Amino acid sequence: MATPISELAPSDSSPIVSPLPAKDGAEQLRQWKSIGAILTFQRWVTIIGGLAIASLIVCVLSLQFGATKIDLRTVMTVLSRWWGSGVPDTAGIDTSAMIMFHIRLPRVLTGFLVGGGLAVVGVTLQALLRNPLADPYVLGVSSGAALGVSLAMLFSIGTTLAFLPGLPLFGFVGGLLSLVVMYRLARSQGRLPIQSVLLAGVILNAMLTALIMFITSIMDPNRSAGLMAWLMGSLTVSNYGMLSLFALYVLGGASLLLQKAQTMNILTFGEETARSLGIDTERVKKRLFFLAALLTGAVVSVSGMIGFVGMIVPHAVRMLVGSDHRVLLPASIFAGGMFLVAADTVARTVLAPTEIPVGIVTALTGGPMFLYLLLWRKEQLV
Amino acid sequence: MIGVNERQLTSEASADAVVHDASRIAYEIESVRFRYQAGSSDGADWILDDVGFQVKAGEVLGIVGPNGSGKTSLLKILANVLIPQQGRLRLFGNGFATLTPQDMARLVAYVPQDTQQSFPFTVAETVVMGRFAQRRQSWWSGGFGWEDEMDIAVAAQAMGAVDITHLAQRLVPDLSGGERQRTVIARALAQVPTVLLLDEPTAFLDLQHQVDICRVIRQLKEERGLTIVLVSHDLNLVSQYCDRILLLDRGRVIRLGCPEEVIEPEALEDVYRCRVLVDRHPGTGLPRVTLPGRSLSGRP
Repeated sequence: MATPISELAPSDSSPIVSPLPAKDGAEQLRQWKSIGAILTFQRWVTIIGGLAIASLIVCVLSLQFGATKIDLRTVMTVLSRWWGSGVPDTAGIDTSAMIMFHIRLPRVLTGFLVGGGLAVVGVTLQALLRNPLADPYVLGVSSGAALGVSLAMLFSIGTTLAFLPGLPLFGFVGGLLSLVVMYRLARSQGRLPIQSVLLAGVILNAMLTALIMFITSIMDPNRSAGLMAWLMGSLTVSNYGMLSLFALYVLGGASLLLQKAQTMNILTFGEETARSLGIDTERVKKRLFFLAALLTGAVVSVSGMIGFVGMIVPHAVRMLVGSDHRVLLPASIFAGGMFLVAADTVARTVLAPTEIPVGIVTALTGGPMFLYLLLWRKEQLV
Repeated sequence: MIGVNERQLTSEASADAVVHDASRIAYEIESVRFRYQAGSSDGADWILDDVGFQVKAGEVLGIVGPNGSGKTSLLKILANVLIPQQGRLRLFGNGFATLTPQDMARLVAYVPQDTQQSFPFTVAETVVMGRFAQRRQSWWSGGFGWEDEMDIAVAAQAMGAVDITHLAQRLVPDLSGGERQRTVIARALAQVPTVLLLDEPTAFLDLQHQVDICRVIRQLKEERGLTIVLVSHDLNLVSQYCDRILLLDRGRVIRLGCPEEVIEPEALEDVYRCRVLVDRHPGTGLPRVTLPGRSLSGRP
């Protein structure tokens, strides 16, 4: 005789073991809040609100800098006119306003979305692989996506699909394939040793990069130069239509990931424990793989290979706001966005009017920043 | 009992009736065979071979056996985190295949042996996550289901039971092995399970906390009628605190019975392939196992 599950689960209100604790739930919650033992909604609002305001400030400030310096007043005038009328009104202001609206603003917005997208993919891969060092670039997911996009460019297919955003789709397929191959290579007996994950990623990365090199070598030289420039990390989108499509990919993917934030918390305990805590691990894993590849595909098809953002940003954010993915995911979007906007500002000003690829800036700032955070963290722990 | 509605009360009453009724069977395990599929699977040996037994509702069952006898695999199968290649498994009459991970997590809490955690969650956050399966499920609950006061109260109680209240804001990776183990036990208690599965629950604990955990285990059985299955290397602990003991060797059940029937020299020397001394515990009269000592050879 089977006993229905509903009749077996005990009521929540009976004590686990006697005696009952001195404090009730409300009082315990207040105490835990005061010592920062647990994430609360108020803290969430403070962190995310603060980061949103900081992001806005960083983006507006970065609009000033580039080959042409645009003063802050012009920036504010153009933005406020745009805000007021809904159409860019650059009448009466010099050409720098045109530069700002048609070149710099889309670039800053792209940078923000790319940085946020990479950071959120990093957080997801870290939870999925239970490895705080995971990063789409290091694990070869970005190379997979880049190979997909390069193939599409080689056969000139991506750009000819009028309504289907072709290149991101190729990036998605490439990224998903390399992610699955990496996972299969690294996994043994239900475990994912950190070293195997990194090793599988490194090997895969080398092979995929070789294939991309092969593609550039057989392309005609004019087009391969463009491909190389894109691969090194660029943040140029041709128009606002492309930008909105890209924003749809990144924000859509990110919100679907947010919907699994609590699940990702539990996934960090390991698959077996997650399953015993009530997570359908196989389904969740597939979904996270899919979304991580989708976001990587979109980001890589726009910006090429930008490394380290996916590893350093989540790491830094985790140290500042804690590990709870309910705050870690949205905070990483803002922090990643700010980081890349700032990096790109450096990339276009440090040798102005020559621009250096932003991927170089992220790699050169990312490494030392990682070390600094590590040391700072060590002090905190003593 | 404020805020408890009628449905909850009746379900609690029937749950009590089920779990306190010693004639009820919690687990029915029939002819289970299991192996890890490593590479060329044909050559792999069975970790568990034709294992069958029953776990009575409300009993404390200890699983013992030498290294590699399949104890941990068996416990993981009971927790439904490993799926055996063959065999029939039922929990309170429900076939395992009919139970979703969430159904399972509402009934069964599992404490793994390996409690490593590389992500810096606080102890309080970790314990509260035990409430996941008990929370109301909605489209958003996998994402932003915030804990309510009930979740917090239950988690605080679970932490009190294993003496980690003072660690609430500490980060799990910074804890000692014993503190981490108690954190994971508290997370399992916060699930408010009907069945509790423990893999080496006292492995990293000092004497005081070993006694604490064993007291909690008996208390859970006696006050809440929990069914408890624990795997341990410590034959004395199992003998003193378990109602029945299952002795495994090379994936097969050698003996199943009360401590006097299983903890006796003949069976132990056969399975562990060394000499042991078995006498009576002066307090409880239950069997007690000692190493042979310097004067005796280690071989039977």
